[in-house]
Parts: sequence; C-alpha cells; structure tokens
Amino acid sequence: MSGLRYLRCLEGITRREALRFLQQRGRFFSALVRPLVWLLIFASGFRFVLGVSIIPPYQTYVMYEEYVVPGLCAMVLLFQAMQSSLSMVYDREMGSMRMLLTSPLPRWWLLGCKLLAAVLVAVLQVYAFLLVAWFWEVRPPPLGYLLVLPALLMAGLMLGALGLLLSARIRQLENFAGVMNFVIFPMFFASSALYPLWRVREASPVLWALCHANPFTHAVELIRFALYGRIEPVSAAVVGGAMLVFGALAVLAYDPAIGGIGRRGAPPNPA
Amino acid sequence: MSVVAPHPLVAASHGASGAAPPALEVSGLSHAYGPKHALHDVSLRVMPGEFTVLLGPNGAGKSTLFALVTRLFDARQGSIRIFGAELRRHPGQALAQLGVVFQQPTLDPDLSLRQNLAYSAALHGLSRAEGRRRAEQELARIGLLDRAGDAVRKLSGGQRRRVEMARALLTRPRLLLMDEPTVGLDAASRSFLLGHVRRLCREEGLAVLWATHLIDEVDENSRLIVLQEGRVRASGGLRDVLAEGGGGTLREAFARLTDEAWKGGA
Repeated sequence: MSGLRYLRCLEGITRREALRFLQQRGRFFSALVRPLVWLLIFASGFRFVLGVSIIPPYQTYVMYEEYVVPGLCAMVLLFQAMQSSLSMVYDREMGSMRMLLTSPLPRWWLLGCKLLAAVLVAVLQVYAFLLVAWFWEVRPPPLGYLLVLPALLMAGLMLGALGLLLSARIRQLENFAGVMNFVIFPMFFASSALYPLWRVREASPVLWALCHANPFTHAVELIRFALYGRIEPVSAAVVGGAMLVFGALAVLAYDPAIGGIGRRGAPPNPA
Repeated sequence: MSVVAPHPLVAASHGASGAAPPALEVSGLSHAYGPKHALHDVSLRVMPGEFTVLLGPNGAGKSTLFALVTRLFDARQGSIRIFGAELRRHPGQALAQLGVVFQQPTLDPDLSLRQNLAYSAALHGLSRAEGRRRAEQELARIGLLDRAGDAVRKLSGGQRRRVEMARALLTRPRLLLMDEPTVGLDAASRSFLLGHVRRLCREEGLAVLWATHLIDEVDENSRLIVLQEGRVRASGGLRDVLAEGGGGTLREAFARLTDEAWKGGA
C-alpha cells in the first residue's frame, strides 16, 4: 500500500469533516458563542472580583478578560473534542462508522486521520474566537497568533485522543451525558482556565494538586505561553505525553482483536 | 446483453481460474458475546462468480458473521480467508477485495451522493479524479447519475439502498457481502437490487454472499447456507438443502431446518 494512498485517505476524511462542519452552521455558531459568553459576560462581570497578579507569561498586570482567553481557547478545543467523540458514538450507533472501519488501511491510521481532521476544524474555531476577542481588545502580540498554532494542534490532539478513547468505551448515545458531568466540567473547572493556580492553592492545596495533575491545565498553559511567544516545557511535555497515552489507548480500544465495535455486546440489530 | 465493462480485478482473476482460491472461506468460526454464543463452529465457502444466499431467521447470527468477515472485530475461534488472504494476518489485502452493504445505512444523509462516494473512495486510497470517475460510473449503473449532487436524505429508501450498493462496488471488489439489503424495500426496489447483483455475478464473476430471512429471494441457481442459532444447518444447491430439510418446498424445508423439535429428532 503506497504512502500516497494514506495521504488520499487523510485528505478524504478531512474534506468530509470540513463539509459536515460547513453544513452544520449551527454547530459553528454555538462553538463560537460558548467562549464568547464567558468572555463578554462572565469575564466582564468578574473583572473586579478576580484580580490577577503578575504571573508568567504576562509582563504586567492584565485584565481578567486577557487572562481568561487562553483558557477559553482550550475550552473550544475541549468541547470540539467531545462533540467529535459524540459524533463517533452516533456514527457507530447509526452504522456509518462501519464504512470507516472496513477500509483496507490500518485502523490506527484511520483513527489518526479522523482525529487530525476534527482538530483542524477545532483550530479554525479557535482562530474565529481569537478574532472576536481582538475586537474586545484582547490583543496578544501579533507573532503569538502564529506561535500558538502548534500549541493548539498539540492540545487539540490530546483532547481529541481522549474523546476518541471515550467514544470507544461508551456503548450508547444516552450515556454521553455522563461525559459532561464526569469529564468536561471537572477538567475545565479544575484547571487554570478561569483562575490562576496560586489562587486555588490559597483555597485548597488538595485541589491545587488536582489542578496540577489535570492535563487540561497544561493544555491551557501551553496555549497561554505560546500566545505570548514563549514555550512552557513542562506543559509541552505533559500535553505531548498525555496525547501519546490517550492516542495509544484509543487505538487499542478500537483494535478488532481487543476492542473493536460491538465486541462487548451484540451488534445493534443482530440477525 | 450488458454494456458494462467487467471490473478489472474480476477480469484478472478469470485468467487464473484453475488455481483461484475461494472468494470467501470461513473455517471453524465461533464467537460469543459474553456468555451468549452467536456462532458455533461455522464453516462455509463462496466461490468466485457464485451467488450464495445466507438464509436464516432473525437472530441466527448473520450480522455477527458479517461483522467478523468485515473485521469490525475478531472472532474468538476460527479463520476467515478472502481470496486466500487470512483476515487477521493480512487485513489490508483481504479488505481491499471486499465490498459490503450493511443492514444499517452507512451513508451520510447530509452529504450528496457524489460526496459520499468520494469519501468512500478516499478511505480506500483512491485519488480524487479516480474516485470521481468511478462514482459517476457506478451511479450511472444504478440509474442515479442525474441525482449525484442531491443530498442522500432526499432519496427514497430504495434509492439509498442502490447508492449503498454503488458505494460498495466503487472499489472494484471481488467479493460482495450484502446483509439483509432488501429489508423495508418495495417489490420494485427489491427486484432491481437482486437483478443487478445477480447480473454482476453472471457477467463479471463477482462473488456474492447475500444474507436474508426472505425465502423468495432464493432462486434455483443460488447456492444456499441455512444458519440457525449460530450453526450451519444445511448448505449446498437448492436440491441439497431441500433433501437435508426433508423435501417439499423450500419454505417447508427451511421451517423444518430451523425448527427446534425437528432438529432434536434429526
């Protein structure tokens, strides 16, 4: 099987994701509105309550809106990853996942393509959000918009791989509500997305340790530092490591010999 | 007289007819979902150019067999070979020769027919130009080329089934699996599908495994495999199956073969 066939497969999956995204405009607007509600309402309301001292990568005091933007970028990636995971569960229940999994190309490659395609769509959403934030006078250095791209890709791949893993373990669409309660909310709120961790430490050292162990915190910090032209090596290592672990587990979960679809239960319509 | 050119891979296989391996060879296949056994020691063969009907009532294990042959997951026991390629060891080689129409729809209803087929072509590594060319060819064969730009959701159930089949044939498979493809279709759509697939077998040497619970989809030239509770109850030509089922019509023989009390006495 030549390398070209692998690239054609990647191109085809990416095109399909893009087409689906373009056709579901409501999805785009809700993906954009969600962080904007946080930025325009929540952050404005809390700007005088939640003061932020000088912490890296910031050189000076920053308004709360500015602090919260990298966390909201990560939130877009997190929700898109879970949306993509939900869509995988839906595709599996409806049957269209079978078209993907019966391709002669290796399954790890198919899943990787699916993951990358979803992340590219998510990154576009982040840039749309950053554009609106610019009009709200949250303006990182111009170079930051470029340097944040690899950070967004890494964070997106990590969260997307987690979503992929979850999609393999969730048997029914209805069970996805649990993901909201047990994955999205804890990951988002137990992180540095909305408040700096030194404030959390003052309140509870245990919670602080949890926030530190949360890979989402490192995704937020990776984006925050990159947006201001800096690399945060610990966060980069944690995000990269978590991306590999989640990705490997997802590939195993979809492996026909170990997981596969329908392995643990009868097919949806046994005949 | 068909004006359709034979599939290149099928044509190539005809050249080596003497040594051609079975299109599908299943040996000693068993599978269970937890404590529930779905397939017990199933063995079967489908030869190139053969139209084989896998006949069984609901819950007989047909969909499980299809899931295993398409490697949605691996069987616990037994082996599956597609044109000689062992599925677990050479999945790429085996799946490249396989086209499948699943019982559940696999098309994206929001995308057009052309976009759906292009996606399927890409999953097999075909170039955009080649995918487009084959999509048009297959859509023409099923009489839906003029609807190529329409979203799938605008099609009727029968038309969607035809597109599923066009999608399955897009990659020029040598073995076509069809899982209850006529469920929910009207008589005209059923007749079209059956006729089209039988013609592909006859004229292009395509091997077909057609799973159904409908006895009237069996004709006298079909090979038959009767599956009941995950076991092969009878197989062979129509006469063989009738003989194994105690004679009479196929409906009567099938009823006897899938009847618990009769099996107990057999």
